[in-house]
Amino acid sequence: MSGRIEKCFAGLKEQGRAALVTFVTAGDPDYETSLKIIQGLPKAGADIIEFGMPFTDPMADGPAIQAAGLRALRAGQTMKKTLKLVKAFRAGDKETPVVLMGYYNPIYVYGVEKFLTDAKVAGVDGLIVVDLPPEEDDELCLPAMKMDINFIRLATPTTDDNRAPVVFKNTSGFVYYVSVLGITGTKAPDLKSVQKNVNRLRRHTKLPIAVGFGVKSAEQARAITRSADGVVVGSALVSAVGNSLTKAGKPTSKTVKAVHSLVSEIASGVRS
Amino acid sequence: MTKPLVNSFRTGPDEKGLFGIYGGRFVAETLMPLILELEQAYKDAKADPSFQAELDSFLEHYVGRPSPLYFAERLTEHLGGAKIYFKRDELNHTGAHKINNVMGQILLARRMGKKRIIAETGAGQHGVATATACARFGLECIVYMGEVDIERQKPNVFRMKLLGAEVVPALSGSRTLKDALNEALRDWVANVEDTFYCIGTVAGPHPYPEMVRDFQSIIGVETRRQMQAREGRLPDSLVAAIGGGSNAMGLFHPFLDDASVEIIGVEAAGLGLRTKKHAASITGGRPGILHGNRTYLLMDDDGQITEGHSISAGLDYPGIGPEHSWLHDMKRVEYVSATDKEALEAFQLCCKLEGIIPALEPSHALAHVMKIAPTKPKDHLMVMNMCGRGDKDIFTVADILGVTL
Repeated sequence: MSGRIEKCFAGLKEQGRAALVTFVTAGDPDYETSLKIIQGLPKAGADIIEFGMPFTDPMADGPAIQAAGLRALRAGQTMKKTLKLVKAFRAGDKETPVVLMGYYNPIYVYGVEKFLTDAKVAGVDGLIVVDLPPEEDDELCLPAMKMDINFIRLATPTTDDNRAPVVFKNTSGFVYYVSVLGITGTKAPDLKSVQKNVNRLRRHTKLPIAVGFGVKSAEQARAITRSADGVVVGSALVSAVGNSLTKAGKPTSKTVKAVHSLVSEIASGVRS
Repeated sequence: MTKPLVNSFRTGPDEKGLFGIYGGRFVAETLMPLILELEQAYKDAKADPSFQAELDSFLEHYVGRPSPLYFAERLTEHLGGAKIYFKRDELNHTGAHKINNVMGQILLARRMGKKRIIAETGAGQHGVATATACARFGLECIVYMGEVDIERQKPNVFRMKLLGAEVVPALSGSRTLKDALNEALRDWVANVEDTFYCIGTVAGPHPYPEMVRDFQSIIGVETRRQMQAREGRLPDSLVAAIGGGSNAMGLFHPFLDDASVEIIGVEAAGLGLRTKKHAASITGGRPGILHGNRTYLLMDDDGQITEGHSISAGLDYPGIGPEHSWLHDMKRVEYVSATDKEALEAFQLCCKLEGIIPALEPSHALAHVMKIAPTKPKDHLMVMNMCGRGDKDIFTVADILGVTL
């Protein structure tokens, strides 16, 4: 493994705190601005970067991430450019883990082998592919493992004790626990049920568990990291991008800052 | 036909839900347990004679099956070749083949104790069928429909509302059928406890392509029996229109192993295959993954799904059922296309010659019948699936013909 994800969680454990995982969409609102956004994320308090690969039909995402994907596509984002963004980020940051997140079709069309090779070269550490459950592990998960790229799986409230071993079998890096039944950025997580489920899932895996979907504030992040090893913030960040744009969808002087200051604020919840 | 490459074309899918490389279960983890539960429930229902008996009874007394196999005498005379039969599924309750599948799925939903039904719809025929069955059984019904389709299929929207369904506009993406499907999947993810997703075509994650095909196969099973009774033999060719491909699969499947039967699926070529304004996934697309299955899709070089275009809202889906993709690769079924213009001509001809106003979807199949029937001998028996009636389309047609209603 590149080991960045493992090293990151181990380091944080020593510090006695959880990880802040930040999601933004690659190429949103355009290539240059997107690069500035991710370049500043670690300094703003992000421990791991999830980078969304835009797709026209993101069936597990709510309106905020749907809109971000369409903004990126309109600005000409492609898989090639997403990998180029990671490479550009990696040139200035050798430590922060980068996880690409998205849907299978753009990867399938790019070519699985070529994608994994190019992702490895660019400095990608892990993948989250929403529409590849363990039943489809032959497609991408097993080839990714062979290339030492972590395949991070989503576990959900429907992942019961029978299902959990199936889900975790080929999972590496960390587990992403989806805290609500639903799509990204809509419902707020019920903290009690999150804690219960995280503790339940720990019986099935030794991997760190990060919790996401619907996390918007430092307070929520603080509460979640009492039981989880990490917290994921996504829709709130891409909404900050969306809200900072001109009517024509162009970035303003506020765009990059809006994301970084929200990350700093939520990081304070994780670090306190 | 040359010697088939497999012993049977009728044994798919395998236990992973695959037809060759097509199909599968490409869904978010939240839905996986539900899909596995549905697969088991469907297996159990299939093995339970009382389930089939209940379905048969509703198909006979509520849907109005069997639908006639009608000899289109004047069309046959006009084209001067093959003897043309229509399988009259437009005479079903609600005016299309969609209800065959809906009755099956709703009875299954009841068996599973689900109280809330969601569906997607393009032209509105599947939405109307689902709303109808939900009304009949007192189930809550939510239909997702692209905002663009709501505008062009107003009569069906009103019909669904009369039947007590809630019609929710899909406002994302291209605001047509594919986006309605996305919204329905998003609803399902958020409401896993009590909700049954009634998919309208032979696509989606396993077991939907198989299940919907099985429920629609009544079309082909009846056709076989009726043709034997009428002509004492099997038909020589079958022609059906394809959007997602449920009416076609229903007609084709019982005949797949009869090598003498030529089978043709007609996709929507819209303004023409050379333009980007078409919905011919097989003729103009390539394999990819969308809505839970691998199949032929319309997309750009970066794997982004493009919009299908057709005069018919029921055909403009940018994908096709995975079993069709496999049958195409195996060369068992021939996939061709017809343009908006050709479909419109066929629509008008059928009205005038046969006194049947066809939906714009089967008008595409009819357009192909018009092309090939004249080239066939007079003893060639051709069956076209008249899968829907055209009442819903008269506004679209009037608009194109420049008539103000």
